[in-house]
Amino acid sequence: MNLTLKVWRQKNASQKGELVTYPVSDISPDMSFLEMFDVLNDQLVTDGKEPIAFDHDCREGICGMCSMHINGHAHGPKDQVTTCQLHMRSFKDGDTIVVEPWRAAAFPVVKDLVVDRSSFDRIIAKGGFISVNTGNAKDANNLPIPKVDADKAFEAAACIGCGACVATCKNSSAMLFVSAKVAQLSLLPQGKAEASQRVLNMVAQMDEEGFGSCTNTGACEVECPKGISIQNIAIMNKEYLKATVVSEQEAQ
Amino acid sequence: MSKLDSKIPEGPLDKKWEKYKSSVPLVNPANKRSLEIIVVGSGLAGGAAAASLAEMGYKVKVFCFQDSPRRAHSIAAQGGINAAKNYQNDGDSVHRLFYDTIKGGDYRAREANVHRLAEVSGNIIDQCVAQGVPLAREYGGMLSNRSFGGTQVQRTFYAAGQTGQQLLLGAYSALQRQVGLGSVQMFARHEMLEVVTIDGKARGIIARNLINGKLERHFGHAVLLCTGGYGNVFFLSTNAMGSNVTAAWKAHKKGAFFANPCYTQIHPTCIPVSGDHQSKLTLMSESLRNDGRIWVPKKQEDAAAIREGRKKGNEIAEEDRDYFLERRYPAFGNLVPRDVASRAAKERCDAGFGVNKTGEAVYLDFASNMKYKYGKQVATMKGIANPTEEQLHAFGKDVVKEKYGNLFDMYKQITGEDPYEVPMMIYPAVHYTMGGVWVDYNLMTTVPGLYALGEANFSDHGANRLGASALMQGLADGYFVIPYTIGAYLAGDIRTKAIPTDHEAFVAAEKEVQERIDKLFAIKGTKPVDYFHRKLGKIIWDKCGMARNEAGLKQAIADVQQLQKEFWSDVRIPGEANELNPELEKAGRVADFLELGELMCVDALDRKESCGGHFREESAETSGEQEGEAKRDDVNYMYVAAWEYKGPNTFELHKEELKYEVIKVSQRSYK
Repeated sequence: MNLTLKVWRQKNASQKGELVTYPVSDISPDMSFLEMFDVLNDQLVTDGKEPIAFDHDCREGICGMCSMHINGHAHGPKDQVTTCQLHMRSFKDGDTIVVEPWRAAAFPVVKDLVVDRSSFDRIIAKGGFISVNTGNAKDANNLPIPKVDADKAFEAAACIGCGACVATCKNSSAMLFVSAKVAQLSLLPQGKAEASQRVLNMVAQMDEEGFGSCTNTGACEVECPKGISIQNIAIMNKEYLKATVVSEQEAQ
Repeated sequence: MSKLDSKIPEGPLDKKWEKYKSSVPLVNPANKRSLEIIVVGSGLAGGAAAASLAEMGYKVKVFCFQDSPRRAHSIAAQGGINAAKNYQNDGDSVHRLFYDTIKGGDYRAREANVHRLAEVSGNIIDQCVAQGVPLAREYGGMLSNRSFGGTQVQRTFYAAGQTGQQLLLGAYSALQRQVGLGSVQMFARHEMLEVVTIDGKARGIIARNLINGKLERHFGHAVLLCTGGYGNVFFLSTNAMGSNVTAAWKAHKKGAFFANPCYTQIHPTCIPVSGDHQSKLTLMSESLRNDGRIWVPKKQEDAAAIREGRKKGNEIAEEDRDYFLERRYPAFGNLVPRDVASRAAKERCDAGFGVNKTGEAVYLDFASNMKYKYGKQVATMKGIANPTEEQLHAFGKDVVKEKYGNLFDMYKQITGEDPYEVPMMIYPAVHYTMGGVWVDYNLMTTVPGLYALGEANFSDHGANRLGASALMQGLADGYFVIPYTIGAYLAGDIRTKAIPTDHEAFVAAEKEVQERIDKLFAIKGTKPVDYFHRKLGKIIWDKCGMARNEAGLKQAIADVQQLQKEFWSDVRIPGEANELNPELEKAGRVADFLELGELMCVDALDRKESCGGHFREESAETSGEQEGEAKRDDVNYMYVAAWEYKGPNTFELHKEELKYEVIKVSQRSYK
């Protein structure tokens, strides 16, 4: 396959970037999208040019590090697939492909296609956990959890924290990411004790990071490579409302 | 007299850890606040250790090269985690898990460490459930289990095919909680490039901020390396692209012995290589061997027809299929340990029975269990007495989907074939490294104050790791071992004040790192880093992979040394040092892999026996029931090979004799 790539190049956070055109040839349909970038980068290095910086690590769709916006779609055109698991057989010979970084105020560009997603870590640090110290746990089977609840919690916990939901949202809202963690922990009995504090703190941090509001367009769910459901947002809204009422009562 | 003191506590094996815990010196809370610990790596071992130590009151700094600690490659582990809970009432016990692990490791692991691992295994499950890790459950609300290779009980806990992800996110959440409380300082996108030693003790690290390229000095009373394995020495492996040996190798060059580097695990069930562009290999969880049957055609002409695209696997009649694992190992069948399964697949492919274009693939077939096990069960539940083949397939497919859905999806995405309809094709690939930094019972290396946890150390898996044991070991080391054993060292260090980083040792270490970076840029050669990495991978895979022999290893050592010279005269690093520069990062890592690759071959050459993942062609059974199987030599090789760095291309061997007090050493048979 022969393709034309238009790739966002930006030296660092403070300089302006631009789309640069690169022709690539002899691409096998069995290659992954990132392997095509490897080929291009090796060529750039051999030609004495600067290779394109992009984030990636596991290349099996689970670490959440890869993050390209391809032809206007986070992680490219296929449903429920990360960029590293997108294969060139999903494109046609002669295609022009535009590749950009995630675009969101809370995800500033570091270089080329690499962005800073540490805002996600700071949100988790505010409450995305159950406060249990090592060594204090009782026997795991002392707490039966209905399979339905456990399965729902697992589905929410499958979020890989890649940020595609933010990148695809016209408001750059992080509601899907935050709600997946809130829902996972509030569905489980272990997580109920600090449910109110958790949702209040995480939402406050989300706002502070500069993520936009949710206007229920549902784009996040469509683009999520792991199929995280927007039902989680409904669960979080319920938890938030409950927590606000409780905290108002406590204040009185 | 050996320099190696494993510091195994006295007393009967099953009482050692209990006694140790109640007699190890403690550090009082006020002192903990002034003791600083550096943790390098944020996977299961590092994340768990950092969170637990911070909860205890120590000041902790964590470093990882990824953009977030949640990306560590533990996240990609699929199948499960072992624990001796005996929830299935199938006769499991701490002793049995201990025994299976020692036997699985082909009697080359340390008894005391493995027993401790088995003892704390149950606590791990309790801890993770308390953290909200959504492990798989039965309808009654109890935790579910499945079987893994090398065992005859069901002791593996799991979360679909994403167990590593869920356990890592549990450790990550515990870690982030401590970050939020201010007890852990997190340094993401930082790579450790040197250990700083003062008066022979580890006292800190030099790390490179990967965003701006600045070298930073960080002090710690102790340094924990939780940096995973070195499988990427093979270029193609199931490791993440960034997984590397650099931290461990720098420690090695600063005096930490490197143990059993030749013990690498080739995992039997990976997606076969599709072409030269391949950048990594993808594992299909071993748990698939619960329900998948491995086979190749009985007739070479059928295999040839499949390779040439004239026939499909589905068209081969039942009587013309060779279920070679079931044939050779009737007692364990498709669930033999990984090393055994991998070699058996290679043997069939080498003999001309491989089933893909390259001839390097065997089938992993779910059709019979899907239809006749699960399909029938569902049909019976639905009250259908004479279900059609189509009904059985449809019913069974739903069950298989629930168990392995994400793996099947991933397979389809990568290969373009639907494994619900056609058998999967698999081939062995590098997956895990049992060797690693030598540690004593306290997990301390030969450098005082420097520890190695998880896959980075060598201690628990001997010459072969059983499935679902890596997650167990990483979390055991992080949550339940290091919080105790580090006290033994730090209790004696409470009077040491934090050493300012303008100390000459920090200055010298930083200078060393800077000079190395300058040297790499100064080469201005013609070839990108990957060119050398691919070449190295091919040498090691061909000569120090699934089968090794003396002539091949000697050749490999010469080839690797030659490649080292080429690298240092012809690599090209674009860009600058003071910016995000992935090529520079890769170059540093590949330079270390080039040195480690040599040591792997040196170690493999020294060990003239076959054991576990290390198969020396000269050492195989020549007759009887075990003909062709690996032949161990307990008289001459029952030791841990710990290598000391003595300067470029020079390594000195130290032996730690292995003593088996409880287990009767015997030939490992899965027949």
